[in-house]
Amino acid sequence: MPRLENPHELVTLRVRSRVQRAAKPQRISICGGTGCLAAKASGCIEALRAAIERHHLSNKVELQETGCHGLCERGPIVVVAPQQYCYLGVTAADADEIVEQSIIQGRPVERLMYQNDGAERVASLEKIPFYRDQQRLLLDANTRIDPRSIDDYIAIGGYTALERALIHMRPEEIIASVKESGLRGRGGGGFPTGKKWETTRNAPGDLKYVVVNADEGDPGAYMDRSLLEGNPHGILEGLIIGAFAIGAQQGYVYVRQEYPLAVENTVRAIEQAREYGLLGQDILGSGFNFDVDVHRGAGAFVSGESSALMAAIEGHVGRPRSKYVHTSVSGLWDRPTNLNNVETWANIPHIINKGADWFANVGTKTSPGTKVFSLVGKVQNSGLVEVPMGMSLRKIVYDIGGGIPGNKRLKAVQTGGPSGGFLPESMLDVPVDFDELRNAGSMMGSGGMIVMDEDSCMVDAARFYVDFLAHESCGKCLPCREGLRQLLHILNRIVAGDGREGDLELMEELCDTLAATALCALGTSAPNPVRSAIKHFRSEFEVHIREKRCPSLACMDLFHYDINTRLCNGCSLCQKNCPSDAIRGEHKKPKTIDQESCVKCGNCETVCPPKLDAVSKVAGRAQLPEHSPLLRQKTG
Amino acid sequence: MTQITLEIDGKTVEAVEGSSLLDVARQAGADIPTLCQNAQLNEKGSCRLCIVEVVKGKKRSLVASCAYPVENGLVVKTSTPEIEKHRKLLVELLYPTALHLAKRYGVKESRFDGPRGDCNLCGLCVNYCRDVAHKNVLFFEGRGVDRKVSFVPGKAHECSSCGACFDLCSGGFVVNNHGMIGLNERAYSGS
Repeated sequence: MPRLENPHELVTLRVRSRVQRAAKPQRISICGGTGCLAAKASGCIEALRAAIERHHLSNKVELQETGCHGLCERGPIVVVAPQQYCYLGVTAADADEIVEQSIIQGRPVERLMYQNDGAERVASLEKIPFYRDQQRLLLDANTRIDPRSIDDYIAIGGYTALERALIHMRPEEIIASVKESGLRGRGGGGFPTGKKWETTRNAPGDLKYVVVNADEGDPGAYMDRSLLEGNPHGILEGLIIGAFAIGAQQGYVYVRQEYPLAVENTVRAIEQAREYGLLGQDILGSGFNFDVDVHRGAGAFVSGESSALMAAIEGHVGRPRSKYVHTSVSGLWDRPTNLNNVETWANIPHIINKGADWFANVGTKTSPGTKVFSLVGKVQNSGLVEVPMGMSLRKIVYDIGGGIPGNKRLKAVQTGGPSGGFLPESMLDVPVDFDELRNAGSMMGSGGMIVMDEDSCMVDAARFYVDFLAHESCGKCLPCREGLRQLLHILNRIVAGDGREGDLELMEELCDTLAATALCALGTSAPNPVRSAIKHFRSEFEVHIREKRCPSLACMDLFHYDINTRLCNGCSLCQKNCPSDAIRGEHKKPKTIDQESCVKCGNCETVCPPKLDAVSKVAGRAQLPEHSPLLRQKTG
Repeated sequence: MTQITLEIDGKTVEAVEGSSLLDVARQAGADIPTLCQNAQLNEKGSCRLCIVEVVKGKKRSLVASCAYPVENGLVVKTSTPEIEKHRKLLVELLYPTALHLAKRYGVKESRFDGPRGDCNLCGLCVNYCRDVAHKNVLFFEGRGVDRKVSFVPGKAHECSSCGACFDLCSGGFVVNNHGMIGLNERAYSGS
């Protein structure tokens, strides 16, 4: 394929790609995102291809492997065009039926369609409640293109924004437009993107850099991953526009090596864009030169911090430095460097295409646009959701997420990754945007959203995040390293039943110093999980400390199993299934548990016949005999 | 080399724009504690003991003075109740190392427990070996709470025994082992 010398050739190519696509109106798209691949989508793809060939339909039917559709809970997802029949939880065994019924006979395979609570089957993707309330500005392309094909992206209008920006706009106009749109950085900080671009553009120096931050490391978050995997050209287009506006000649995509598909698709996209002349010298005849390289991150959470990320690209250990001089003035190799998150870059083509006014009117006044969240945890429809800013947590969790499974009660929603905070049930009506979440004691972060139900222990959850941060901190600055070490130590004591009076106050004091003195944003935000957990769930901490009980029955040391001798009929099933021979009692006689031997695996509770239901988890430590070595271990 | 003026603890001070606030403040007579600072070394901002309050326009913030470049019109306070509270807690986190600072802040015991060895990870030895001696024999191994000072694997024999790290180490961690440097076992053991 020869390079595109001017905008006209890009238009010609777009028309040709569209004609090619129109020639095969029947299409089976299957999600090839990481979630669906884990659910054996590759097997389905092979089976569908075989089924198409068996029916001699290869010339008429297009089989397309796309990016993540979002409803990961119900994957693999298959969509049949032109009718837009949407099938969930597809397996390789369903391939023949899909081809025979939907392609040949043109009718849906009902059993694979989404079923509402009212048992009514829903044919198309848009009508599924999960999608109905979303506004999928960025994720939409994921379902429509093969991320390996630049022609697919161009066919749906890709690189039109680049053409407009390079040919019809001046750099200052682009920056003005991004400023007007009100776009704020999606990586967590929420800094106005246009302002950042302007600072980098105005910073002294001829050589400037632009960077895509794809070092997504929050537990449970995969927004950036799915965008890079599903539509790498969308991010690349934003990056080239930004580079032109800022005056940068070189760009980097910093992506974690743990995201192999994202790395693969990004590298391929860059090669394709180079081949078409959308990267390199004299892009589309505009005279603008720009190229991009991929830098693979070696898996340190802290490398997502801008100055640490730049140190890593330079070949140093990824450790943050003081940013009293911003990276937009002195970044990579001390040159002005503009770093934005994947999702921020992905928004740029839409702002150029649809206009700053249009974008500013989506979402809220102070946080315009949409935001992609990874909605995970104790929620029916876990997956990627994209909603306009300002939607309430309640709507996201209950209307889109389908609520909590098993009729359990929601306890908290954790937003913003490990540096974010817990929001209790009473705060579910908070509109989700940068400022409202911060006022509520949490943060937007990059968009992780973890739902916790009544079975989740907030002390243990806070401990989990502190443990994560204590090991992912770079360890350079004293408050972050030693402060987190001690926070973790105290929380470990509390969940083990060795909490003391004054622990909460000591943790609060530590949090204050950590937030005030740490070197980088990872450190200053590290107290958030502890602070918000203590603020909203103080009584839960107190029960752990004073009564040595875990009310949620989650902390191993603070609950035990008990057999109700009045309900037990002595069937001995528990005894047979106990791996540590902790069940005492003769056959046909009620059993008891020897708490010293019990390893709390829960087998006894699982195997006890439901009609008896004699085994239960009980909050609090088991009563151990006075001479127990376990007791000596604990107190000694 | 632009000459600027700023206010430090109520005094008007002249300085060269961009120089380190810690140096300027110390020259002006401020007594600011540090653990990781050394004029010969490039690495800055690890111990955070040198935090000071800076008012720039309407914005008030706590900054690490060693890494902060001075600007015209800054208003700086090197000691406030808030700053001293944070410094004292940082010193308490290091106890029983950095005893000279513990004495200054009246820290006689620590409310914290758990393993803590002799090394307070100030980084002077590693940074000296890299920036001044250009030997790169020592490095930081691991990250977060697992961070420790180690010999770069296979490079211990390249140590020229300049001995500078013994003098820099305040924790007794780098020891003279028959003329070669050695790493004290107590460093991270907490015993």
